[in-house]
Amino acid sequence: MDLTIFNAVIAVVIAIAFAAANAAYLVLAERRGAGRIQRRPGPNVNLFGLLQPPADGIKLMTKQLMIPGGADKALFMVAPVLAMAPAIMSFVTIPFSNTIVAHSMNVGVLMIFAFASFGGMAILLAGWGSRNKYGVMAAVRAVSQNISYEVPMLITVITIVMMTGTMNLHEIASLQSGGFWNWNIFPVSMSDGFMLQPLMPISFLIFFICSLAETNRAPFDLGEAESELVAGFHTEYGSMGFGLFFMGEYANIVIGASLITILFLGGWGCPFGLYPGVWWFLLKIYLLIFSFIWIRWTFPRTTIYGLLNLSWKILIPISLFNLLLTAGLLKVF
Amino acid sequence: MSGPIHIRSDETFTLNVGPQHPATHGVLRVKMEMDGEYIVKAETVLGYIHRMHELMGENRTYPQVLPNLSRLDYLGAMGYTHAHVLAIERAASIEVPERAEYIRVLMVELNRISSHLFWFGAFVMDLGGFTPLMYAIEDREHILDLMEAVTGSRLTYCYFRFGGLYNDVDDDFINATRAVIPRLRKSLKKYDALVTGNIIFRKRLEGIGPISAEMCRKYGATGPVARGAGLDFDVRKNEPYSVYSEFDFDIPVYHECDSLARYNVRMDEMEQSLRIIEQALDKLPEGPIMPKKKPKLIKPPKGDYYQAVETARGSFGIRIVSDGTKNAYRFKLRSPTYSNMSLFDEACEGMMIMDALAMMGSLDLVIPEIDR
Repeated sequence: MDLTIFNAVIAVVIAIAFAAANAAYLVLAERRGAGRIQRRPGPNVNLFGLLQPPADGIKLMTKQLMIPGGADKALFMVAPVLAMAPAIMSFVTIPFSNTIVAHSMNVGVLMIFAFASFGGMAILLAGWGSRNKYGVMAAVRAVSQNISYEVPMLITVITIVMMTGTMNLHEIASLQSGGFWNWNIFPVSMSDGFMLQPLMPISFLIFFICSLAETNRAPFDLGEAESELVAGFHTEYGSMGFGLFFMGEYANIVIGASLITILFLGGWGCPFGLYPGVWWFLLKIYLLIFSFIWIRWTFPRTTIYGLLNLSWKILIPISLFNLLLTAGLLKVF
Repeated sequence: MSGPIHIRSDETFTLNVGPQHPATHGVLRVKMEMDGEYIVKAETVLGYIHRMHELMGENRTYPQVLPNLSRLDYLGAMGYTHAHVLAIERAASIEVPERAEYIRVLMVELNRISSHLFWFGAFVMDLGGFTPLMYAIEDREHILDLMEAVTGSRLTYCYFRFGGLYNDVDDDFINATRAVIPRLRKSLKKYDALVTGNIIFRKRLEGIGPISAEMCRKYGATGPVARGAGLDFDVRKNEPYSVYSEFDFDIPVYHECDSLARYNVRMDEMEQSLRIIEQALDKLPEGPIMPKKKPKLIKPPKGDYYQAVETARGSFGIRIVSDGTKNAYRFKLRSPTYSNMSLFDEACEGMMIMDALAMMGSLDLVIPEIDR
C-alpha cells in the first residue's frame, strides 16, 4: 500500500479514535474492575455506567484550564500534548491483524520505543513546568524510572529481534502464527526453524514488568504516588490537561499490551490455529489489560529505591544473560 | 514568583506536607526540610483543629463534657468516654453494676477492633494498596451496625453513664456479636494472606522506620508503637481497670522496632480483643445496668484524680482536679497520639519521604485527638 496523504490522514484518524475510545472506556473498565475486586458496584448508572466516560469527558472539557502562578506556561501547555501524541503515533505501526495495519515499517519496534521515550519527557516537562515541589519530585522519580526500565525492556526486545531476525512487528507476529506452540513465550519456538530457548517465559515476565513500569502503573506508579506526592507530576493540572495525561496513560497501556501480544503471544494468531484475526488480538490485549488492572488493585506501591534495585540488580542482569544465551543458542541450532 | 530557578547541589528545600495532604489523614502539617528525596529535618505543626476540649471540660458539668470525649478520637471513641466515667466513678464513689462493667469491656473491645480495622485499611492505602481498605471497611461495618443497635450512634458514642450504661444489650445483640466473631477471624486470615505475606508490603516495612524503646520512653509513646518497640506495657494488664483482670488475654509484643512490628502488634491485638469479647459474652452476668443509688448532681469531693485506660492508640489518661463543685477545676487529657506523634520529628530524620510517610501511617494518627 502506498503511503499517500489520504491514507495517512485516515490512519491517524482511526488511531486517534481507537486510542481515545480505548482510553475513555478503559477508565470505565478500570473503575468497574476495581469495584468488582473491592466488592462494590463501581459506576453503574445508565447502562452499566456506559455513559460515564462521555460524562467525564464533558466535565473535563468544560472546566477552566488553570495555569498556576509562576509556572512555565509553554512547558505547562506542551506537556499533556506530548504525553498523548506519541501514544497515538505508536498505533500507526501496530498490526492488529494480517491486514489491519496503518503502516507496516521495517523499524516498527524501534519506532515504538522511540515514541515511548517521549512519555518520560512529558512527565518531566509537566513536573518542572508546573512549578510545584511535589511535581518536580515526581517528575524526577518518573524519569529515573522510565530510563531504568527501558534498558531491560530493550534488551528483551533485542532477544526477540535476534530470534526472529526482523524488526517489523507484522513479520514478528506472522512468524508466530499457527498455534500457541509457535509463540515466542514458550521455550520451544518453531517460528524460524526449530529452536529451544528455555528462558523465554522469564523474558516475557521481564517485559511484562517493564511495561507496567514504563506506563507508570501500580505497583510502579511512583510518578503519581498519591499518598506522598499528592498527585505527582499532574498535581497542578485540571481540565483537559489532566484529561490528556489520563488518556495518554491508558493509550500507553494499550500499546504496552499490544507489544506484549505481538512479541510474545502470537499477535492475531489463534492459540489453536483457527480463524486468526483481529478478534484474537483484541482478546489478548484486553486480557493483558485486565491483568494490569488486577495487579494495580492488589499490590501496594514499591519504593523508589526498591524499584531501581529491581531494574538494575535483577532485571538487567537476567535479561543480559538471556540475550547471551539466545545468541549462543542461535549459533547451536 | 516568576523567573528562573537556580538550584545548588547542597541546597535543601522546604516541603509542606499538609495541612491538606493525603498522607496525614487530617489537618496535620509537617514542615520537612528535604534534600531531594531525603528528609533532613522535620517539624510537626499542630493545632489546626484545636477545639479546646480541656477548657470545655472546665466550663461544663461532668455529664455535659462526656460527649466531648468521644469527639477526640472518632475511630475509637468508646475508650475515651470509658476513661471519663471511670475517673468520675472513682472520684464520686459511684458503684457500677457487674453487668454494666462487662458490657463496657465488650463495647470498648469491639470499638478497638473497628478502629484497628480502619487503621489497617488506611495504612495499606498509605502504602499504595487501595483494596484492603474496602475489605476492612466492610468488616468494620458489621461492628458499627452492632454498636449502632445498642448505643444509637455509629462513630461518636455517648453510651456510658456515670454508674452504668445508657441502654442494655439484648439477645439479638449477643447473638449477632457471636456471629460476627468467626467472620472477623476469617477476615483476619484473609488479610494475612493478602497483605502480610506480600513481598512489596514486607519490603516497605521490614527494618524501616525504627522507633526504639528509648525513644518511646523519651517521648512517652504508648500503645502499639511502644509494644512494637519491645515495651511490654498495656494499661489493661499493668494497671487493670474495670473488669479486665477477669479476662484471659495476651499482650502482643514485638521487638523489631520497625513499622512491620507495629503492624503485627495491631493485627495480633484484634485477635486478643476477639478473645476478650468471647469471654465477656460467656461471662455476661444478669442484673441491672445502672446502680440503685446514684447522686443526682455529680460533685466529686475535693481532690486530684487520674484515670488511664488503654485505647486503640495507646494509654489515654484523664486528670480531673475537683474543687467540690459541679465543674472541674482543671481538666487535663493525656492523649496517646500526641505523644506518639511527637517522636515523628526525631524518628524521620534522614529517611526517605516514602518511608517516613509509611512510618507515619504505622503510628496510627487521629488528628482531632492530637489537637484536642
